[in-house]
Amino acid sequence: MTSTYRFTTPLQDEDVAQLRAGDKVLLSGVIYTARDAAHKRLIDLIEKGEPLPMEIKGQVIYYVGPSPARPGRAIGAAGPTTSYRMDPYAPTLMAKGLKAMIGKGKRAPEVIEAMTRYKAVYLAATGGAGALMSQAIKEASILAYEDLGPEAIWRLVVNDLPAIVVNDTLGNDLYVEGVEKYRQAS
Amino acid sequence: MRDIACADIVRTVKQLFMDANFLLGDDMLAALEKGRADEASPVGKDVFDQLLENARLAREEKIPICQDCGYALVFVEMGQETHIVGGDFTEAINEGVRQAYQEGYLRKSVCHPFTRRNTGDNTPAIIYLDMVPGDSFRITAVPKGGGSENMSKLFMLPPSAGLQGAKQRVIETVRDAGPNPCPPTVVGVGIGGTFEQCALQAKKALLRPVGKPNPDPELDALEKGWLAELNKLGVGPQGLGGTVTSMALHIRMLPCHIASFPVAVNIQCHAARHKEAEL
Repeated sequence: MTSTYRFTTPLQDEDVAQLRAGDKVLLSGVIYTARDAAHKRLIDLIEKGEPLPMEIKGQVIYYVGPSPARPGRAIGAAGPTTSYRMDPYAPTLMAKGLKAMIGKGKRAPEVIEAMTRYKAVYLAATGGAGALMSQAIKEASILAYEDLGPEAIWRLVVNDLPAIVVNDTLGNDLYVEGVEKYRQAS
Repeated sequence: MRDIACADIVRTVKQLFMDANFLLGDDMLAALEKGRADEASPVGKDVFDQLLENARLAREEKIPICQDCGYALVFVEMGQETHIVGGDFTEAINEGVRQAYQEGYLRKSVCHPFTRRNTGDNTPAIIYLDMVPGDSFRITAVPKGGGSENMSKLFMLPPSAGLQGAKQRVIETVRDAGPNPCPPTVVGVGIGGTFEQCALQAKKALLRPVGKPNPDPELDALEKGWLAELNKLGVGPQGLGGTVTSMALHIRMLPCHIASFPVAVNIQCHAARHKEAEL
């Protein structure tokens, strides 16, 4: 039986440890956006021993490059981008305290393994539902790397942002389990 | 000879890309409704509900259906009895794209491949020009997302692979893509032609309205059979498991070289956006 959890960031170890693949999560509070180009810069900073533009401990990164906001709106369309492009960088951020990643699509085995080691989870938001996802985003401001355009790091204030747990801290994978349940012989 | 003014091309291209990004087509709305009815998984049904709600919000609030407002593909069918006046054809299309993405608050998603520097206005458009008889002038605008494009494949098979081999490659491509291209998808398949034409046929196959049968009965039968196989994979909506992995599979075929059997699979996410206009 799956459960629905409501969390406000920053997340604690005990928050994410109780989650299981298939559970639903409604996230509120401050989260950060980053795509491949921003991740590369974050990892460069870590390798040089320099501070990151935001506190990463207990935090949530949403893999998204939003469309521009119309006047009077917080943000444009803001659905998840495909997560595997962030796989080379994700374990380093988890080692620094990142607790959850929101995206869509499969993760590499080493990323799933890092989630069990560092107690972090991977959540899927509905890909291609950019207009719907934008409704949960109440504030948005560029935090860093404005030169990257849609790939800049944004600070988002979200209210009940909906997502589903794909990879939990025990190594379960909804993408594997869900497909096995519905696969039919050809 | 009928004159086609570049200013009209600019205006039309601009309107088409804005409409495509905000107004999901009636064929796709019907396909999403059908998918929701057919889907066995409760989580999968939830996904269809979200996608229908997303389409409604996009339409009513003028928020893009997806934040990936796509690479701008433009297909032009130009009557040989038409004459372009008042400017440069390519520049007129690029200007239409530029204005749509700027004034429509659409995301600019085109960059230099090495430096990754964004071109800033979603140009250059990719333009395909077909010359047709008469004096018609038809423009189709296709904002194509990157996530589903990344999961697309081209196979230069030996002729001995046969239709069974082609079908196997199509199924494997969709299976291995799993959740990445945002299923439920529409799958475009090109068979035959040359290396580049095969891929283009797969792309053009995506432009046929979903629900409209293939006019070739042999291809129509293949489409139905292969789609049924895709939906046995279990991938389901968003790859979370389910019985509707793809809403449609479309095939376009061309003759090929006696040594070749090219098969291209172009995956399109559920936000299958395209708008057409006659000038």
